[in-house]
This record gives sequence, structure tokens and C-alpha cells, in this order.
Amino acid sequence: MSYRSSVDIYTEWDIVAARQMGRNEAKKTGFGTVDQARITTAISELARNIYLYAGKGKIEIERISENGFFGIKIIASDEGPGISDLRKVMEDGYSTSGGLGAGMPGVKRLMDDFKVVSEPGVGTTITAKKWLH
Amino acid sequence: MNKLMVESINGHMDEIIECWIARMKEEKGERFFHFMPENLVEKTSREFAELMTSNIMETNSIDSDKLNDFTEKVVRFGWSIKFVNKAIDNFSFVVFDLLEEKGIMNEGNLRRFLETFTTWISPLRESIIDAYSTEWERTVSLQKIALQELSASLIPVFDKISVMPLVGTIDTERAKLIMENLLEGVVSQRAEVVLLDITGVPVVDTMVAHHIIQAADAVRLVGAKCMLVGIRPEIAQTIVALGINLHDFTTKSTLQKGMQAALAMTNREIVEVHGE
Repeated sequence: MSYRSSVDIYTEWDIVAARQMGRNEAKKTGFGTVDQARITTAISELARNIYLYAGKGKIEIERISENGFFGIKIIASDEGPGISDLRKVMEDGYSTSGGLGAGMPGVKRLMDDFKVVSEPGVGTTITAKKWLH
Repeated sequence: MNKLMVESINGHMDEIIECWIARMKEEKGERFFHFMPENLVEKTSREFAELMTSNIMETNSIDSDKLNDFTEKVVRFGWSIKFVNKAIDNFSFVVFDLLEEKGIMNEGNLRRFLETFTTWISPLRESIIDAYSTEWERTVSLQKIALQELSASLIPVFDKISVMPLVGTIDTERAKLIMENLLEGVVSQRAEVVLLDITGVPVVDTMVAHHIIQAADAVRLVGAKCMLVGIRPEIAQTIVALGINLHDFTTKSTLQKGMQAALAMTNREIVEVHGE
């Protein structure tokens, strides 16, 4: 049951499309409204980062199951400039675009599982999971 | 050459239409030919075929009136652009087949027939694509205007108190508009307290929060206070998880509570009056 849906991120409106898709998938998985909001917000942050820093990329959403637990996996990938200092990016209040700098650490707190693979000049792939408790 | 083609097409119109309908019925994804009553399919098909042939020119120049007529009518059928394209494809295929079968077209005149074909079909297709894309662009721009009209107006509710209800997704463009309307409104309405109602905002991420914080800061600069109301429980939790600092704000769960607080801030209250 590795059903995966994806949205390409090119414009600001694709962010809306991505989180709409996320909300639907979260609802189908059985998440409550609070977790739906968490997942949707996390997707919004990840998609916005793609739009702001990489220009284009995609958001994939997959419903997953592991050891009898169900959940949702978000994969945000781009071939943008990459993240040069991962530790700094995960600090609260660090931003290169004049934003709040809460996006990446925020997503980590919103989700249960969070992994960043990034290579400067090659791109970034962020995988985040949320489990149904 | 064209005349020959027109004559042979008109001569075998029934055959062509029958073939064409059969081919169209094989197309997946379009329900038109399956759900429409038989006589209507027949009528529409005949109309379509007539429109198609009406554009084969005696000369090689294009009659734009006839072309516009074709486009307008075909668009009115309400088919998807993919389907219309397929319809044109199939029609030309059927005609091509027929011409070959009847021996009207042969090795010798194939090239000239092809040319005639291209000058006949291409403008039809272009005109259709043009009409559809114009229609879409129009819809999109109309919706954009509609969205802007919907966006962010500051409403004076009481003396010194104004409310701005925010509904829908906030993107960069709307955030700018919100800021402008907010500041302009605060000054012109002489508001002392402004309530920003985010009940209708589906997602509050860091960008939206950032814009709200900026707006509130700007409001403070023009001498008023900003209050954030309509924070749903799930939004409150995501804001906390994101680590967004809203300590400088007065926040309330509902517009009603915000209004009471705003009245208190301006030293007023609503009291029930008992009749005689």
C-alpha cells in the first residue's frame, strides 16, 4: 500500500495545492483536526522553503504503516542550492530571508520524525513522518 | 483540388459521420457519446461535421468569419479541449481514409491533398486552442479580481474600534493588501483598537504569522493597538509548536471576547437596558 501522491512546486499557489492534498491524505489516514493542522502546516513550511530557496521542487505524500502503526510521510525534495549549515538552519530564529526562522525547527516539532539530507549545490530532501497514536 | 475534396466529403457525409461517431465512442474519459440520447448525438455530430466542412476553402485563404463561427459553436458544445482536439483528429482521419478508399486520393496527388488538409485543419485547431486559453485566462483574472475584492476590508464597528476579518489563504500579494488596508483604515477611521480575525484562515504557518506580526507592529506605529482574535484550538497548538512568539499581542479565542476586551481598553462596556 505504498500509495504516493505528489505536487510540483513552482508558484506560491502550488503551496496551497500541496497542503490541500496533505490535509486530505491526513483526513483519510484518520488524523484528528489538531494533527491535520500540524501536518498541513508542516507541508506549508516545507513547500514554502522549496518555493523561496530552490525555486522549484516537489512535495510527495505517502500513507505508511509500520509494525501495525499507521501514519503519513511527507517528502520534500528539490535540486536547489542545498543547505550549507544544517545545524544553524535547525536553530530557532535563524533565517536568511528575513522571515521568522521558525520553519525548519518548527516542522521538526510538528512532526514525529524528521530527517534532512542536503548537499550544497545538489539539492535537499526532507523526510518527515507523523504517526497515528 | 479543394472542390473535389469538398464534393467527395459532402457526397459521403453519412458514411463519414457514422465512422466518426464510432471512433469517438471508443474514446475514454468523455461521457458525451455514452450518456446523450442517440438523436442528440446524431444532431450534434452532423452539426460538427458541417462546421468542419464549412471551413474548406475554395481558395487557400482563410475565411475568418467562418472560422470564428466554427470556434464559437464548437466551444458551445461544452466539450473539453482534449475531446475537441480528438474530434478534429478523428474527423480528418476518417475523411482521409475515405478519400483513399474511393481512389480520389492516390500516390500522385497525395502531396497536394496533404497541403489542402493542413490549410484546412490547422487553423481550426489553432482557433480552438486560442478560444479555450482566452476563456481560461479570463476566468483566472476574474477570479483574481474577485479574490481581491473579498480580501481584507477594515470595518468600523464602534467608535475607535475596527475589525478586519481575514478569510482564506494569505499569500504575499494579499499580505501586502492587508497591510495597506489596515494602515489606511486605522488612520481614516481613527481606530484605537483593531481586531484581526483569523477564524477564516485555514493554515497559520510562519509566513502568515510573520505578516501578522509585521502588520501589528505597523499598526502600533500609527498609534493603535492590534488584537488577534479567532484563534482556533488547533491553530493555537501549531503556533506553539512552531515556536512563534506572539507575546506582544493581546489574543482572544473569539471575535466576541475580543470585542469585549477592546471595549474595556477604551473604557467602555455594553450594558443591558431594562425597559420600563
